Amino acid sequence: MRHTISVLVENKFGVLARVAGMFSGRGFNIDTLNVGPTHSEGYSRITATVKGDTQQLDQCIKQLHKLVDVLEVEDLDQGQFVARELVLVKVEVNKESRPEVVQICEIFRANIVDVAHEALIIEMTGNQNKIAAFLEMVKPFGIQRMARTGTTALPRTHKIEL
Amino acid sequence: MKTETLPNTPTNVTQSPDLPAAMKGADLLVRSLEREGVEVIFAYPGGASMEIHQSLVRAGNIRTILPRFEQGCGFMAHGYARTTGKASVCMATSGPGATNLVTCIADAQMDSVPLIAITGQVKQEFIGKSAFQETDVFGMTLPIVKHSYLVLDINDVPRIVKEAFHIATTGRPGPVVIDIAKDVQQEILKGDALKKAWEAEMDIPGYNPNPRANDEELIAILDECAKADRPVIYAGGGIITGNAHKELLEFAEITGFPVTTTLMGLGGFPENHPQSLRWFGMHGCVAGNWAVCESSLLLTFGARFDDRITGAIAKFAPDATVVHIDIDKSEHHKNKVVQYPVHSDIKYALKRLTELARERGFKAPSIDPWKEKVYGWHTEHPFQYDQDCPHIQPQRAIQTLFEETKGEAIITTGVGQHQMWAAQFYQFHQPRSYVSSLGLGTMGFGLPAALGCKVAHPERQVIDIDGDGSFMMNVQELATAVMEKIPVKVMLLNNQHLGMVVQWEDILYEGIRGQTVLGHPENIGSPDNLDALYPDWGKICDGFGVKSRRVWKQEDLREAVREMLDHDGPFLLDVVVPYTEHVMPFIPAGASARDILIKTPSK
Repeated sequence: MRHTISVLVENKFGVLARVAGMFSGRGFNIDTLNVGPTHSEGYSRITATVKGDTQQLDQCIKQLHKLVDVLEVEDLDQGQFVARELVLVKVEVNKESRPEVVQICEIFRANIVDVAHEALIIEMTGNQNKIAAFLEMVKPFGIQRMARTGTTALPRTHKIEL
Repeated sequence: MKTETLPNTPTNVTQSPDLPAAMKGADLLVRSLEREGVEVIFAYPGGASMEIHQSLVRAGNIRTILPRFEQGCGFMAHGYARTTGKASVCMATSGPGATNLVTCIADAQMDSVPLIAITGQVKQEFIGKSAFQETDVFGMTLPIVKHSYLVLDINDVPRIVKEAFHIATTGRPGPVVIDIAKDVQQEILKGDALKKAWEAEMDIPGYNPNPRANDEELIAILDECAKADRPVIYAGGGIITGNAHKELLEFAEITGFPVTTTLMGLGGFPENHPQSLRWFGMHGCVAGNWAVCESSLLLTFGARFDDRITGAIAKFAPDATVVHIDIDKSEHHKNKVVQYPVHSDIKYALKRLTELARERGFKAPSIDPWKEKVYGWHTEHPFQYDQDCPHIQPQRAIQTLFEETKGEAIITTGVGQHQMWAAQFYQFHQPRSYVSSLGLGTMGFGLPAALGCKVAHPERQVIDIDGDGSFMMNVQELATAVMEKIPVKVMLLNNQHLGMVVQWEDILYEGIRGQTVLGHPENIGSPDNLDALYPDWGKICDGFGVKSRRVWKQEDLREAVREMLDHDGPFLLDVVVPYTEHVMPFIPAGASARDILIKTPSK
């Protein structure tokens, strides 16, 4: 099962290595990993998505709690949360295909951030499903390069009844 | 609520009227160690740490003991920390000095020992350049530390030392590494900056070491106790590291439940107490193993369901309702899923359990048939060995040592058969008296650990019960014993083999020897073949200036043990024993306690 883990850490030397090591040392493969500063100085938030069985993950979260530099650990899949990812993708185009790619971008509300005769760089933000759908659409044109930030996420303030 | 002062907790940390106008980083480090109450350091110098040694000499307040190998200093610190509960400091230089400490750090992590490992690091300008004697100690030790620091700023030195001692000794204790660059050691800090650095407070907001059980959780446990018909208390190393042996005794006595400990918990409950089933696990007492296996209520206090305790986890206490009180939440459900996980300091939890029992008029259940059964097993299956053997068996040697020291000595061990026999035939009635590498199982632990114990407890007899395999791994520390005048004793159970592996070869591999003979393969020494014994421990001891004696006849044993104990310096007693003895009982890996082998299967 896929889990989105949010870890609030002190921004100290080696903290990323400690957190990443805690996953790898327990046989979890990290699918995505995102790190960035928070609004409070000296603190960073690490968002990791991992696949693994629930009991092992429970163990992993407890071990993360034990790290001195870790303040909070949350398995966001326990509640409702908002998750986003940013992708930059360089798509091959020519005179004929360019309008079609631009149209796909409009539908997905993606931005074109670099234009050349033979390729476009497109910036797209969304949850993983939206990004997967978009990439599926542009794939036939030829993806030359791609960079993704990995998921970053926050829990919702109020639970939405579905 | 009033709590006891923790060891090493500085009482008056910020005041320092006599701070000099300027200080070198190394002096500041030493001064910070003094502030934490450090009296002894075990340290081997080198290029990247000699500044600190110079400071130690200048300050002159901390006894600095020179081992003959960095691993020696690490395990000396283990002996000191394990028998005092205080943090203990070992120190080495960068590169190989630091890598030689790695085993000691891993060992401290496994057995929850408050070890402070200080390593010199190359100057910052050389870090990452594959400089001479450079290794990434911080990175290398990440999976085996409770916490670690790479010190690159002299202003951080006093705060880091303060944090390191706090982290090492509180909560579940563990090792903290401080890797300090040489230029930081040499830099000079002056005036207000120095004052500010010295007075800096700890900054570890993510660290909450003192969980406490709430009353509802504890009352639920008491309710289980009140209706239990087959209860057992399973007490682990947490009782000792948490200084909770008195609280355990009190709780055990108001419930009347049988108590069995782990090897880590040895001495946490007096083994001569009528409720004691001594210790259980792979080579533990039959009654303890069977009692846990058949229990209906298992009260687990400060233990972690290690595989050497549980055997096949599915068959471990299969019918029991399990209570698990531990200070480390990550131990809950890790190996065994339990009904009552309680996240708490064990000393507090046991004290509060007893208080609540009194307040609520707890009535101990009547469990006479159960007691009759388990204590019946205990009488029927004590630890035993063949009394008819013409030679000195290792068990007999340890039994004799126990009698001659009245059970009051501190015993250290290496790893293997002798380690198990020491636990079986020496009885421990007080905590912090059996000092052994139990989680990691590091051979060579015994002698250096004994030196550390003796430094901490000069008034007590400290004896390393060792095997000839383990002892050889840190034999060089005999020099430390002599030069530092540390009168430890070694009872060497010399069987010319790696006995524990030999035992497994006998049981599982048809006795085929795979590099387990330590003597001449064609002419193996034994009590019947004294000339072939290898090496000549007497000559080795002569070289080091350590008094020694070889003993091989039963009739000489007691007097030889007496001579060892009465000698006022270091002493090695080379006890020549047959290699054919097996440690019994034995629960084969993957089996249940029901399948325990009580006697050596006939060959």
